Parts: sequence; structure tokens; C-alpha cells
Amino acid sequence: MRFARRGTRAILAALALPLILLILWWVLTADSESYYLPPLSEILAAVDDVWLRSDRLSVDVLPSLLRLFAGFLLAVVMGVALGVAIGSSRRLRAFCEPVLEFLRAIPPPVLVPVLMLVAGIGDTMKVLVIVSGCVWPILLNTVEGVRAVDEVLVETARCYGLRGPARLWHLVIRSASPQIVAGLRQGLSIGIILMVISEMFAASNGLGFSIIQFQRTFAVTEMWTGILLLGLLGFLLATLMRLFERRALNWYFGLRQAQRGGSR
Amino acid sequence: MTSTLTAPARASRAGAASRAARSTTLLGVLGFATFLALLEVIPRTGLISPDYLPPLSRIGVALAELTGEAGFWTAITDTVQGWFLGLVIAVAAGIAAGFVIGTIPVLREFTASTIEFLRPIPSVALIPLAVLVFGTELRSVLLLVVYAAFWQVLVQVLYGVQDVDPVAQETARTFGLNRWARIRHVTWPTALPYVLTGVRLAAAVALILAITAELIIGAPGLGNEIGVAQSGGAVARMYALVIVTGLLGVAVNLLARRLERWLLSWHPSLRREVAA
Amino acid sequence: MSIMTQTQNQTDTRTEVLLDVRAVRKVYEGHGRSVEAVRDLTFAVARGELVCVVGPSGAGKTTLLKCIAGLLAPTDGEVVLEGAAVDGPPPGMAVVFQEYGRSLFPWMTVRKNVELPLKQKKLPKARRAELVHQALEAVGLSDVQSAYPWQLSGGMQQRVAIARAIAYEPHILLMDEPFAAVDAQTRADLEDLVRSLWHRLGVTTLFVTHDIDEAVYLGQRVLVLSASPTVVLDDIAVDLPDERDQLTTRSSTRFAELRAQVFAQIQRAKKHRAGADHA
Repeated sequence: MRFARRGTRAILAALALPLILLILWWVLTADSESYYLPPLSEILAAVDDVWLRSDRLSVDVLPSLLRLFAGFLLAVVMGVALGVAIGSSRRLRAFCEPVLEFLRAIPPPVLVPVLMLVAGIGDTMKVLVIVSGCVWPILLNTVEGVRAVDEVLVETARCYGLRGPARLWHLVIRSASPQIVAGLRQGLSIGIILMVISEMFAASNGLGFSIIQFQRTFAVTEMWTGILLLGLLGFLLATLMRLFERRALNWYFGLRQAQRGGSR
Repeated sequence: MTSTLTAPARASRAGAASRAARSTTLLGVLGFATFLALLEVIPRTGLISPDYLPPLSRIGVALAELTGEAGFWTAITDTVQGWFLGLVIAVAAGIAAGFVIGTIPVLREFTASTIEFLRPIPSVALIPLAVLVFGTELRSVLLLVVYAAFWQVLVQVLYGVQDVDPVAQETARTFGLNRWARIRHVTWPTALPYVLTGVRLAAAVALILAITAELIIGAPGLGNEIGVAQSGGAVARMYALVIVTGLLGVAVNLLARRLERWLLSWHPSLRREVAA
Repeated sequence: MSIMTQTQNQTDTRTEVLLDVRAVRKVYEGHGRSVEAVRDLTFAVARGELVCVVGPSGAGKTTLLKCIAGLLAPTDGEVVLEGAAVDGPPPGMAVVFQEYGRSLFPWMTVRKNVELPLKQKKLPKARRAELVHQALEAVGLSDVQSAYPWQLSGGMQQRVAIARAIAYEPHILLMDEPFAAVDAQTRADLEDLVRSLWHRLGVTTLFVTHDIDEAVYLGQRVLVLSASPTVVLDDIAVDLPDERDQLTTRSSTRFAELRAQVFAQIQRAKKHRAGADHA
């Protein structure tokens, strides 16, 4: 009984404010004459036409997501590989640190025009832009994680003959995984931003391209549907990331809680 | 077992440490020099066409020319202004909202899902709206900067308020401190390190968004200058501007770290950063 | 072949030297200065023996252990295990560290922790399962195989580390103050566990501790180390009966005498060190 009531309360707490906000939006814009702020009912009605009944999902949304996916994946591979290498060697770290410190400070969107020069305005450029922005948080977090591998654990692994790929996976990467995942999360949110920007700057398709097209042609209601879709996409990807995190770092959250609760 | 170090051992460790620090600096300088040398050599050997990546020396010349232009300094001022104003608004709003939500459990419970939903919405989704409503004005930049930076601060403040020791709260209560005094003397000092972490993260994000807004929307500033240089084919100038944004980024990071260290010099514990 | 088989009487094998520590000296090189942690250590451990090493804190016990384990290279002298000089962690050796919380992989279950070194040894799956099962049963942890180490108490975590060590089927087992961080009751249980495992498996064991009672209770021999720079002060044969238990053994007269003997040596070592510091 008590449990059920608590469950109900949790659902209520999670849904109440979003519902209130939506209703407010609906009511306040119902008679809106404002050019910028069409009624929510109109926006929602337009979603169907603009996105579902057209080929925009396959022509615009899908390519955007594929580019994001490719860029993110490349950034993960590069970031973790380089991060493990740099994190494992004190000398390499000292050698690279100032350069990395500078490169990561460059706001990634300014690389859009730079990479456009080198790679044109095709998919390559956009994937490269995403890579060039995602890679830094992943790389730097991996370096930190690898540096922090417990000394006793390192010696234990040595004593039991853990070497090569097994050592890399079971000791180094697993041990650095909390930091690596934090890097992935930061990298993903930067990746989404860059996906949109690279399309807004120069493209012939994509979610960002569509939204900016709607704005340029003053199709305000359609533009709003695009903004909503983009927001939803950001939320969904973040949720997926969180699910992955829960699974991959289950041990870490348990360990943290055990440490906080004191020794049993 | 920990072997206790005798005095000479400690001295020798310190000596080794300073020597290690010196070799680290040396390696870092060497690394940076290598990086710069590559930027010069790669275009000269034609590995990447100098049309796309001019040798560093040419970028250097362009950079020197830039510093002589009044327009360049105006652009920097514009960018810094958008960044700073946006950051201040976001930090103030983030701290205020964070403390109100964080200290009132019911509010916290009922806003959690909304915050989790709004936070990951990419701020660049607001670009078209900003353009329509504000055009290329500063307010366009501010909208994006504030939206992106606000969440960074808010989330850290919420972590910080949650971190307050319940025993300390109880103690303060038994000493008859009222709500306001408890916030001032118990919650605030505990949350301060988190607030500063939030400010540091927000400062970096705010700079990215300020420059993005200029680049995409065309508001005046460094981002816009980069766009203009690119479309005008002034490649070396574009790279020079990119380097300037990088230097600005480094400056922002250093400044935020300095501020953090300065304000936390009293703080007894070195705190773990909450990965947000 | 089971790891649980009874080995022959220890006295039969006493003649064969398994571990030979020869004039080991370790100097830590600092900037312009060097610190001599271990001056001259020479001793031998016969196959099947259970030897305790005891010394005052700061006696370079960990340095010694790391040299034997091949984690640290001695400045002079050498460590010979089964006729071969040690220049890296030897394959026939298992180590149990003091920091149980940091020597178990927190992202692996108890079973995976015990199994990992066996995978490294390329043992077939069935054999691995058998060894893991036997080892966990031997330390009394059969029912928590799929728990994570951090879900267990400190004493149980150290049992997992011990299970991992014995499943590895080492020729020699090194234990570095394994029970320094657990409470007194757990500690007594774990001491008895070490005795009984040693009896059943006959594995040569070198047990490092700073606790005199523990050293006398556990060992067949006790090596008393001086303060740093370390030398061997005394090598005491423990002539207590082979069957020991916490109550009667610890209250016997002979135990008290041995304890007093070791204690006197340790006091001498401390005084010696204080004198050296004042000089």
C-alpha cells in the first residue's frame, strides 16, 4: 500500500509540472496573433504534415543522425585510444598537455568554416566537425581516468600476470570507465550542437538545414515543429546515454554508495 | 604498511619532485614547439595544400595585421561583452533558482523531471527563434548564451545544496538559526565549491555559444569575423582569428580556475568535481 | 588433480630451498641523496614452510616483499625462487595485499575476480570452474560468488583475495599484512583460515606482519627485522604444537615465552633506531 502510494506520488511529481507548462503554453497562445508565437495547437497539428507525411524523416532527420553517429563513434575510438596512450605515459602527457589545453579551448563551431575549406560541404566535413568537437572531452576524461588507476590494483594485475589486451580491458579501460562515460556524455551533447550548426552553416539536407530554411522562408509554425523535434531528439539521446551509463557503471554506483555508507 | 620517511628521504623526494616538475615544463614547451613546427612544415611540404592551411608564418603575419585593425579590437570587445553579460545573467539566475529549488524539497521533487527534459535540449535549436525575434542584435547572442550556461550552473548548485551535511543543519537549527541564517552560514559555504565549478563550466560553454551565435546569426564579434574571412577567401586571416578564439578560450579557463582557487583558498577539503 | 589434496608431511620437504633471498639491499635514489631502506637481508624459505616476517613499522617490510614479488628490483643481491633469479613477477607466485578494497576488481563479481588470473594462465574452462569453486568453498564463500566485492564486509573481501591466490595454485604465497585493516574477531578467524589452508594445501607461505602475536601464532619460523635500513635480527623457530587454536595456544607458557623473545628483539630494534636518529 505505502509503496504503491509512493509510486503514484513519484509519477505525479514527474508529470505535474510538464503538464502544467504545456497547458499554460496551450492556453496562453490559444488566441495568439503574434507572428513569432503561433498557437501550440497549430504547431502540434503541423507536426504531422511537416515531418510524418513528408519524406523529411528519411531525407533530413536520418542523414543528420547518421552523421552524428559516425562522428561520435570516430571520436570515441580516437579519444579513448589516444587518451589511454597519453594517460599511461607521464612523458607523453607532459609533451602533449599544453597543445591539448590550447586545442580544446578553441570553440568547436569555428572549425566549421575551417573544415569546409579542407573537406568541402559534404558529409565528410560534417562528420569531421562532429569528431573535432566530441573528441576533446572524451580524450581529456580518458586521460584523467587512466591516470587515476589504483596503484594496488596495478600491482595486483602485474602479480597475476595480467598483460597486453587483457590488462588494457580488464584493468585500464574498466577502471577509467566512469571518467570515460562522463566524457562520452559531454561529447554527445557537443556532438548534437555541431550536427545542427554544420547543417545550418552549409548543407542541402539535415535537421538543422530544415529548421534554418523554415526560418528564412518565414514558415514560423514549421520552424517551431523543427525546434520541438530537435529538443525531443536531444532529450532522447541523453536518455539513451543515461541508460547506457546505468548499465555500464552499475558497479561504480554501487561502490560509491558502499563507500559513502561506511564500511560494513 | 607505510614506511615512515626520514628527513633526508623527504628532502630527496622534494628534490625529485621539483626536478620532475622542471622536466614536465621542458617537455611541454618541446611539445608545443613541435606542434608549431608541424603547422609550418606540413603546408610547406604540400601534405595539406597551403591554400587550405597556410604555413604558420603566414598566419602569424595575418595575426599581426589583425592587431593593427580597430575593427578586430571591436570584434573582441563585442564577443567578450556577449560572453560576460550572458554569463552573469546565467550565473545569477542559476544560483537563485538552484537555491530556491534545492532548499525546498517539494519544489525539488516536482521540478526534477522538467529540468531533466529541458537541460539536454541543444541551445542551438533556439537559433532560428532568436534570429526571428531579435535579428542580429546582442539579445540574440544573450538568449543562446544564457540558455546554455544556465543549466550548467543550476545543476551544480543543486548538487551542492544536496551535499549539505544533515548534522550541520540540525546543529544550526538547535542553535536557533532561522532559515535565512542557515542558508547563509551552512548551505552557502557547502555549496560554494559546486557553484564555482558550475561557473567554470558555464564560462566555457558561454564562450562557445557566443561565438557560435556570431558565426551563424551574424551578430558582430569574432565569430562573424571568421565567417566573413572564410567567405572572402582570406584563409590566413581566418586561421589567425581561430587562434584568437582559442587564446580567448584558454584565457577564460585560466581566469575561471584562478577565481576558483582564490575564492576557495579557505576551503578545508579539495573537492571532487561532480561530472555533469 | 585437486588443490585440496593432502601433501606430505612438511618435515620431509624441509631440506629443499624454495625461496632464497641473498644479500638483498635496496637504496631509493633521490635528487642528490639516496636512502637505504633495506641494508642486507639474507634468508631462505624451504618448500612447504610457513614463515612470518615481523618488524617495527617502517622496517622496509613492504620493500622486501615487493623485491621478492618482482615488483621492485633490488639495488644489490638477488632473490632466487625455485632456482631462477626473480626479475619480474614470477608465474608461480600469488600475493595477498593489505588493501583488500583496492586489490579486488570492483567491476567484477567475486567469481570473476578469482577466475581472471586463471584465464590469464590459459586454463580450460572446466578446470577454471573447478578451481574457482574449490577455492571459494575453502574460504567459506561459495554462496556469494555472484556478489560484487564492495557488497561484502572487509573480512569477506580479504577471503576473496585469499581465494584468488589459492585458486592460482601458486608455489609460494606472499601475504603483506593482510589482516591489518580488519577488526580483531575477523582477524582471528582469518588467521585460523590461513593455518588451515596451509595445512591442507601445503603451499609455501611468507606472511609479513607488524603484529608479534600474529607472527608467533601463525609461523613455523619468525624472522625478526630491524628498523630501516633493515637487516635480519633473529630467526626464531616456533616450537609450538602443529595444531593451534586461538584459546589454548595463545594462553600457553611457550607462546608467552616466544612472544617475549620476539618482543625483546623488536624493542631492541626500535631503540637502535632511536639511537641512530639522534646520532
